[in-house]
Amino acid sequence: MAGLATTFGSGAMTNTINELEEAQVILVSGSNTTVTHPQVARRIFDAVDRGAKLIVIDPRKTKIARHAHIHLQIRPGTDIPLLNAIMRCILDENLIDDLFIEMRTENYLAMCDLLLRVDLNQAAEITGVAADDIAQAARMYARAQRSTICYCLGVTQHTCGTANVKSYANLAMLTGHVEQEFTGVDPLRGQYNVQGACDMGALPGGFPGYQAVADPENRKKFEEAWGCTLPENPGLTVIEMTHGGPDEKRLQAMFIMGENPMLSDPVLDRVRTSLQGLDFLVVSDIFLTETAELADVVLPAACFAEKTGTVTNSERRVQLSHKAVDPPGEARADGWIIQEISTRMGYPMQYESPREIMEEICLLTPIYGGIYHDRLHASWGLQWPCLDRNHPGTPFLHKYNFTRGFGRFEPEQHVPPVEPADNEFPFVLITGRRYHQYHTGTMTRRSVTLTRERDTSLLDMHPEDAKELGLADGCRIRVRSRRGSVPFTLHLSTQMDRGELFSDFHFHESPTNILTLADSDPEAKCPEYKCCAVAVEVDHD
Amino acid sequence: MPDIPSICCYCGCGCGLYLHVEHGRVTGVSPSRSHPVSRNNLCVKGWHVHEYIHHSDRLTRPLIRQHDRLRPASWDDALDLIAEKLTAVKEQYGSDRIGVLSSAKCSNEENYLLQKFTRISLGTNNIDHCARL
Ligand code: SF4
Repeated sequence: MAGLATTFGSGAMTNTINELEEAQVILVSGSNTTVTHPQVARRIFDAVDRGAKLIVIDPRKTKIARHAHIHLQIRPGTDIPLLNAIMRCILDENLIDDLFIEMRTENYLAMCDLLLRVDLNQAAEITGVAADDIAQAARMYARAQRSTICYCLGVTQHTCGTANVKSYANLAMLTGHVEQEFTGVDPLRGQYNVQGACDMGALPGGFPGYQAVADPENRKKFEEAWGCTLPENPGLTVIEMTHGGPDEKRLQAMFIMGENPMLSDPVLDRVRTSLQGLDFLVVSDIFLTETAELADVVLPAACFAEKTGTVTNSERRVQLSHKAVDPPGEARADGWIIQEISTRMGYPMQYESPREIMEEICLLTPIYGGIYHDRLHASWGLQWPCLDRNHPGTPFLHKYNFTRGFGRFEPEQHVPPVEPADNEFPFVLITGRRYHQYHTGTMTRRSVTLTRERDTSLLDMHPEDAKELGLADGCRIRVRSRRGSVPFTLHLSTQMDRGELFSDFHFHESPTNILTLADSDPEAKCPEYKCCAVAVEVDHD
Repeated sequence: MPDIPSICCYCGCGCGLYLHVEHGRVTGVSPSRSHPVSRNNLCVKGWHVHEYIHHSDRLTRPLIRQHDRLRPASWDDALDLIAEKLTAVKEQYGSDRIGVLSSAKCSNEENYLLQKFTRISLGTNNIDHCARL
């Protein structure tokens, strides 16, 4: 998100999901789309049926990669050298969009400078992709009128995640593939309402609508509206919090609403120590998660079908979801819980309904300015920015102007992965999701059908590697990293390149995140989940 | 009871669907024909989105830790205790010693309220959620 925000001025998907159908070239990167975004994958396949070309950048031979016209199977963490090489080819063959660069962007000279220093053979060596394939992909992407880029966590979950994103934005601007319908740069959001949580200011540095906390004007506006004084220092990010906060100012208390850091956050041992070290921990959730088990107070929350409210999908579509049934027993909606606590702490909150809360949001958040509940009843939502009551919403962004004015080229250099494989830990482990499960599995694992399909955590390994280690499909193994070890069941798969492994993080029996690294991207604070060095051995327990 | 329009609670595609309700229980799901993303289609997770709603593991009462075990308690006791403890930490150590995690599983309105509560009542910007994860 930070990457797109600096280059374009807004960190959300530039287009709608359906626009993919009309694209001529679709470049998918670091997204196992058929698994994580099934509907997006459908649109991509529809487009391919109609003649669109598909380029996939992924270290794995995923299902979508097998359908690609060109699959650039890069080594994990080498997006930047690959993209710089692609851009160099585009420059060499004069496929850039001069007019667009001239009229709509800035900092192009610095970009050129960097590109002219790119050595294509060296790039081929670093990425493990043949120079010919790179050139072919470059021509395909640059020559089409309507090319679009989709990326997911495979791009952002690296120490260089923000730089990766900027590189994709650079590519789009170099070729002018961003200002119109059917062409743009689309980060796919992994979860139900991640987009909405960001939009609503559940961020350490931003009020609702990405209005920076550091800006005194913004603080003044919210102070007047809320009748209070507000803190100026930006807060801690999720990983800083679950790892206990800064040494001199350890966190003493935490309030966790519907999250399960005990399975989702990197270096789990450290998360456990810091949560246990708190004076006071409150968790509100629908099930007794691994995190809730550590809490001092656990509150029973309502699930999505038991309350009314809006959620925002990946394409910025704000939609209304209606209450269908009552929560079980004494469970209550999180909205009610927050109001009760706030009132007890001396700042009364008494909203009659979510509709009334939304009216306040509209007044204070320009991009949500016209998204009133009554407008959402008769439709499947409005896409922000939607500035006032009569505004129809915005299917694609940056039409005549980037949100920040000019699009800014941000030249980036290769950042090698923090923890490369070595003799002791010869494999690179990549983490992600499986089709039938979701995130930490609290919900999907309680669904009979989904659990029937898949109820164990597998580690994918290339058959040749397994042969060398004398391991057979289905055997119990133990994966070790510098931070700990976790048991898995072995699954042989030719999706992987040799030397690379893949596992999910849905199952508490195999808490993959014991292994992963906490080193995060300096700007977006997104952990390096996608690669860490590990060793594999037979599990004798 | 008529089918209730709702949104699939899993991935960021945000498929529109209808929940079928019988005797106060959600018994099934059907995709929306007119929804721009679903177009009369859902993936396997969406088709089974209702299956966990009435699971017997659902939490139904507040729990408070006493002598190292979580025991059922009343809402009033739980909420009073939370308010008292958070206020105490704030007064003794300062606002920045409290951290809040919001959720991608909650609605916009709830996320809005939680950040408002964190910034006003707790007096800190220590609020984040799992977008980075
Ligand atoms: S039905 Fe599948 S594709 Fe649609 S929102 Fe749910 S999980 Fe995503």
